Amino acid sequence: MKIAIASGKGGTGKSTVAANLAWVLARSRDIVLVDCDVEEPNLHLYFPAEETDVPVTALVPEIDFERCNFCGECGKFCRFGALAVVKDTVLTFPYLCHSCGGCALVCPRGAIKEVPRTIGKVSCSRPLPRLVLITGVLNEGEVLAPSVIKAAKMFAEGHPLIMYDASPGIACPVIDTLEGSDYCLLVTESTPFGLHDLRLAAGVAEELGIPAGVVINRSDGKDEETVAFCREHDLPILATIPFSREIASIQNRGGLIARDLPGWEERFAALSDAILEVGP
Amino acid sequence: MIICITARAGGMDAQAEQRFARAPYFTFVNTETGASESIENPLIDASGGVGPRAVQMLSDRGVTVVITGHVGGNAARALAAGGFKAFAYPGSGSVADALAAYNAGNLQPISLA
Amino acid sequence: MIRLAVISGKGGTGKTMVAAALADIGGVPQVLADCDVDAANLALLLDPRRLTTEEFRGLEVGRIDHDLCSDCGICADRCRFGAIVHRDDAWVVDTLHCEGCGVCAYVCPMGAIEMVPHVCGEIYTSETDLGNLAHARLFPGSGNSGLLVVEVKKRAVALSEGADLMLADGPPGIGCPLIATVSGMNAVLIVTEPGIAALHDLERLVTVCRRFEVQIFVVINRFDLADDICRDIEEFCAKEDLTLAGKIPFDPVVVEAVRAGEPVTRRESRATDALHGIRDRLYSDLGLI
Ligand code: SF4
Ligand code: SF4
Repeated sequence: MKIAIASGKGGTGKSTVAANLAWVLARSRDIVLVDCDVEEPNLHLYFPAEETDVPVTALVPEIDFERCNFCGECGKFCRFGALAVVKDTVLTFPYLCHSCGGCALVCPRGAIKEVPRTIGKVSCSRPLPRLVLITGVLNEGEVLAPSVIKAAKMFAEGHPLIMYDASPGIACPVIDTLEGSDYCLLVTESTPFGLHDLRLAAGVAEELGIPAGVVINRSDGKDEETVAFCREHDLPILATIPFSREIASIQNRGGLIARDLPGWEERFAALSDAILEVGP
Repeated sequence: MIICITARAGGMDAQAEQRFARAPYFTFVNTETGASESIENPLIDASGGVGPRAVQMLSDRGVTVVITGHVGGNAARALAAGGFKAFAYPGSGSVADALAAYNAGNLQPISLA
Repeated sequence: MIRLAVISGKGGTGKTMVAAALADIGGVPQVLADCDVDAANLALLLDPRRLTTEEFRGLEVGRIDHDLCSDCGICADRCRFGAIVHRDDAWVVDTLHCEGCGVCAYVCPMGAIEMVPHVCGEIYTSETDLGNLAHARLFPGSGNSGLLVVEVKKRAVALSEGADLMLADGPPGIGCPLIATVSGMNAVLIVTEPGIAALHDLERLVTVCRRFEVQIFVVINRFDLADDICRDIEEFCAKEDLTLAGKIPFDPVVVEAVRAGEPVTRRESRATDALHGIRDRLYSDLGLI
C-alpha cells in the first residue's frame, strides 16, 4: 500500500504526523518512508542515522564545437532560455534546462550531446530495524523538483508498505508525489487558513481519484468549521491532535510523541489501522 | 553599428524601458544610415530564461550596443560572450533622449562580468 | 518605495500573521502583495473588495488537433515528461504533466500539434482598509508559480501610487516562487520558530537570500516554546550577521484573531506588544519612520 501525507498549507505538522505514523508502523512491520518535500526535507531530523547518498542527475546539452556552425536553431527552440547562440559561441545555462531533449533533436549538425548533471540527491538510511528512510534533496537554486521526487519514489518501489511525505501546497511537485498513491492523509489545522488550504488539497486528491482522510493537528477544540467541511465532502476525520505546549516542545526538538509521550503510541496505532483498512 | 534601446512602445518618442529582456519593445537604430525600427518583444510573456533568448535575438539582428536599465545575470553572461556593450540609461525620457545621451557620451557602461 | 517581503522557509511559522500585523500597524502608505500564490491567505485577514480579476496564462502547452493526428504516437515517445497519453482512443496532452517544451510540436510528422497558452490561475487586485492588495490563485497542479508571483508584484507596483512601502507575504520554501518574490526586494523579514526543522530551513533560506542585495531581518515566533532552540537561532543570527528584529511569545490570542479573520494587532495581547516593537525596529532601520 502507498500512503501519501499532504497538506495544502505549510507547517500544519504534516511531517511530524508522518514521522509518528512511520515510527508506530515500524514497530510491527516493514515500512519505507519517502521524504518527497525535496525543497525542505525534514524527516531525517526525526530519524538521525547514517545515510548513503546517490546523486540525481538531469540531462543537459553539451556542444561539440567541431561540428557546430552556430546556426542558432537550438537557441531558438529552447523555451527555457537554457541555450543561447551569440556570435561564434553557444552558451548553456544548465540550471534553466528542463531536460526535454529538444535542442539535440533540432540540431541539424548533430552537434549536441546530452550529458548528466547533478541536481540533487537521494539519501537512504535505516534508522530503525524495520524502517527505511529515503530522502529526496533538491540542490539550492535548482528547478527540477519533480525529477528528484520521481527518483526518490523509484528507490522505494516494490516495497509492500510505502509512505510519501509531500511538499506543502498544491503545485506540480505535490501531484508528482500523490500520483500512484492508494490513500492520501490530509493534515490540517483548525484555523481559517488551515481550512482554506485543506479545501485546495482535498480538491487535488479528488481530482486524482485518491481516497482521503483528515488529521486535525494543533486543535484548540474549536474545530466546528473543519468538521463541517469534512462531513460535507465525505472526508473521515481519523485523528485530532490537540495543541499543547508539551507536544509542541517535544516536536520542536525533533521528538516523536508516539514514542515520548504516554498514550500517543496507541492513538497513532489506531490511526494507522484506520488507514491500512482502506488499503487494496 | 546597430544600437538596441529597450522601450515601452514603438518609435523614437516612446519612453525608454528599464527592464532588458522583458521590455515591451526593442527599438533598433542603425548609426550609419540613421534608420530606426521597433519590434514588439516576443518574449514579454515567456515563462523563463528570457535573458539568453533576447540576447540571441539581438545577436541575430547584428546589434552590438544595448541601452537599457538593468540587465539580469544570465543576460549579462550572454551579452559578454557576444561581445556586446551595454549602457545604462537611468532616466525616464524617450528612446531619442536615451540615444542622445549615449551619443553625448553621458551613459555609464553596465558591467557584464 | 521600499519593498519588504515576509518569508519563512518552513511553512506555518506565522508568516502571514506577521505580514497582516505589519500591514495593520505599519502606519505608512502602503501597497500589499500576496506572493504566496499556492496558498493565498493574506486576503482572509484583510476583508478585501475585489477590483479586477484576470486570467493567468503560464506556460504554453501542447494541443493535438485530432483531425490531423494520424495516431502514430511519435509525440508520446519523444515527450520526456510522459505528458502525452492515450485516452478514449486518442492521443491527448495531459496538462498536469506538460512542461511546455515544444518537442511534440516539433516531432509531429502531421503538424497536428500546436503550442497554446494555458490558463493556470487568476490574478486579482482588491482594495482593503489598509491599502491596495494584489493577489492571485494558482489552479491545483499548475507549475509556474514563479511567473505568477512576478505578475502579482507587477500589479502591486501598478497599484502603488503614493505608497512608501510594498509589503509582500512570500511563499514558503526556497524554490522558484520564493526566488521570484525576493528578487527586487530591498529587505526580507524571515519569520521562524524555535524548532529543529525551522532552524534547518532557515539556514537554507539565508543561503538563497544572500544571492540578492537584500537586507535580512529575522523574527522568532512562539519563541518561548523551546528556549534552547531559540538560543540556537539567536546564535545563528549573530554568526550570520542577521538583524534580529524581535521575538513574539506564544499567545492563544493569535489563533483567536485568525479565526475571527482579523490581524492580531486589533486585540490587546502580548503578541501585539511584541509586534509593535518589531514594527518600530524594522521600519526605522528601513528609514520608513
Ligand atoms: S534539453 Fe530542452 S530545456 Fe534543455 S537546453 Fe535543450 S531544449 Fe532547452
Ligand atoms: S510540450 Fe513538451 S512536455 Fe508538453 S506534451 Fe509536448 S513534448 Fe511533452
